[in-house]
Amino acid sequence: MRMINRHPGRVSATLLGLLPFLLIMLIYSLASQERLAENPNDKLLPGLEQMTAAVDRMAFQEDRRSGDYLMWQDTTASLQRLGIGVTIAASLALVIGILNGALPLIRANLAPLVSALSMVPPLAILPILFIVFGLGELSKVMLIVIGTAPIMMRDVAQRVRELPGEQLIKIQTLGANTWQVITRMVLPQVLPRLIDSVRLSLGPAWLFLIAAEAIASTEGLGYRIFLVRRYLAMDVILPYVIWITILAIVIDQCLRLANRRLFPWYNAGGH
Amino acid sequence: MSFITVNNLWKEYGDLVVLENLNLSVKQGEFCTLVGASGCGKSTFLKMLLGQETPSRGQLLLEGEAFPGEPDRNRGIVFQRYSVFPHLTVRQNVLMALELEQKPWLGKLFGRARRSALEKVDAMLTSVGLEASANKWPHELSGGMQQRLAIAQSLIMRPRVLLLDEPFGALDPGIRKDMHDLLLKLWRETGTTIFMVTHDLKEGFYLGTRLLVFDKVRRDPHDPEAFGATITYDLPIGQADSKLFEDINESVAETARHQAA
Ligand SMILES: Nc1ncnc2c1ncn2[C@@H]1O[C@H](COP(=O)(O)OP(=O)(O)O)[C@@H](O)[C@H]1O
Ligand SMILES: [Mg+2]
Repeated sequence: MRMINRHPGRVSATLLGLLPFLLIMLIYSLASQERLAENPNDKLLPGLEQMTAAVDRMAFQEDRRSGDYLMWQDTTASLQRLGIGVTIAASLALVIGILNGALPLIRANLAPLVSALSMVPPLAILPILFIVFGLGELSKVMLIVIGTAPIMMRDVAQRVRELPGEQLIKIQTLGANTWQVITRMVLPQVLPRLIDSVRLSLGPAWLFLIAAEAIASTEGLGYRIFLVRRYLAMDVILPYVIWITILAIVIDQCLRLANRRLFPWYNAGGH
Repeated sequence: MSFITVNNLWKEYGDLVVLENLNLSVKQGEFCTLVGASGCGKSTFLKMLLGQETPSRGQLLLEGEAFPGEPDRNRGIVFQRYSVFPHLTVRQNVLMALELEQKPWLGKLFGRARRSALEKVDAMLTSVGLEASANKWPHELSGGMQQRLAIAQSLIMRPRVLLLDEPFGALDPGIRKDMHDLLLKLWRETGTTIFMVTHDLKEGFYLGTRLLVFDKVRRDPHDPEAFGATITYDLPIGQADSKLFEDINESVAETARHQAA
């Protein structure tokens, strides 16, 4: 049988999916054991013990200096920035994207600007943000907004223009004015697509968040990773990276589920 | 006075002549079927009736006045596909038409107004045979049911003109017969003036009161874009014999071959 026609069953698909993870863990633990056998104080490839100890210290014990649980503090600080940034970016994308997609006059006026903005490398203007908005929360949130909003705006506008022209004509024959076309036809059909767009933008959003935290911050997941780097504290860095990955997956899946729940017609192929 | 008047109407896209020298006069309540080779401008003619396109030359008049330049609630349309809104259930699709009319800003009805609107909606759904599917999503409907919904949605506005562009083209032949009966029934009940494009000449001969054949009378073998189509036959339905049917069929097929070449 041709390879393209061979499909795994449910169980074997799960096993096949797990295999690479197990392999990476196996290779890592072998390498780690080897290095630790040579030098018990080795920092480069910490074993499970060192990492659990580090997590215990960061997450479940008060910090000696500040009395805070650092990992939770970092998590809430980062998630707050990410949440505010992505929410602002998505709202902007929705409004500008719909206007651009649905109104030719606005599109002529705004679309070139949005295209140009989406080409600006956001990290290149991070210094400007620090100068203009200071080193506080605002500049970090702004970086996420500037980094993700223009692309989402283009995406939403594109999705609006992909709606069948027949629908646009049809709703006009039902007497709809421009406002009604937007609120009753365009907006409800674009919302699930916006959620998809947000899911794709979360990757870049994390990137900008961690970059901003690494450069100027006093708390946050990115800040912590770059802080402990000075002490080669891989036992903290690795669990933090895994934690960030888990958070990213959970957020992504929550959005996916929300999309399914809120827009049953969309996910059943009704578009 | 005639309801719709077409005088020396031309439609061109750049060098492409689509329609030439169209003349027509339609009374209120007529049911016209339009047939012709594909690409000879039937949809373009409907688009002009709808206000989606404007004539290049000539006059297109509704009760002596120029046609409005954009689609409005007086002219309903049913396309071959994509005529219903996928994010609304069957009932909501039809209800929306009434909501848009009564609530320019909110676009939604509540309380008593909504209940009385829903009564109308349900009556309309019953008359197109969709009462059992009222709470389904459009993607759960068959092609024929989706077209019933599209027709219901248009007719609840009581449009003065209903335009149908190959509405049954994508349906199975068996279902098409039911749809013909439904359309004739609704036409008799509402008295709406109907223009229906079909690629099925038999359908054109059977349905409605008047058959309009779009065809090219002049052909330039070296430049197929040079001449447009016009109305070559304008026949009251029920009076055409089989010889005429053959003639028209042959001529239309000939145009289609040239168009394809
Ligand atoms: N917007 C347009 N721009 C240029 N050419 C067009 C446009 N719309 C239709 N046409 C052309 O006009 C001709 C008639 O099209 P149409 O009215 O859709 O034919 P029919 O519905 O009879 O099959 C076709 O050759 C088509 O390519
Ligand atoms: Mg057509």
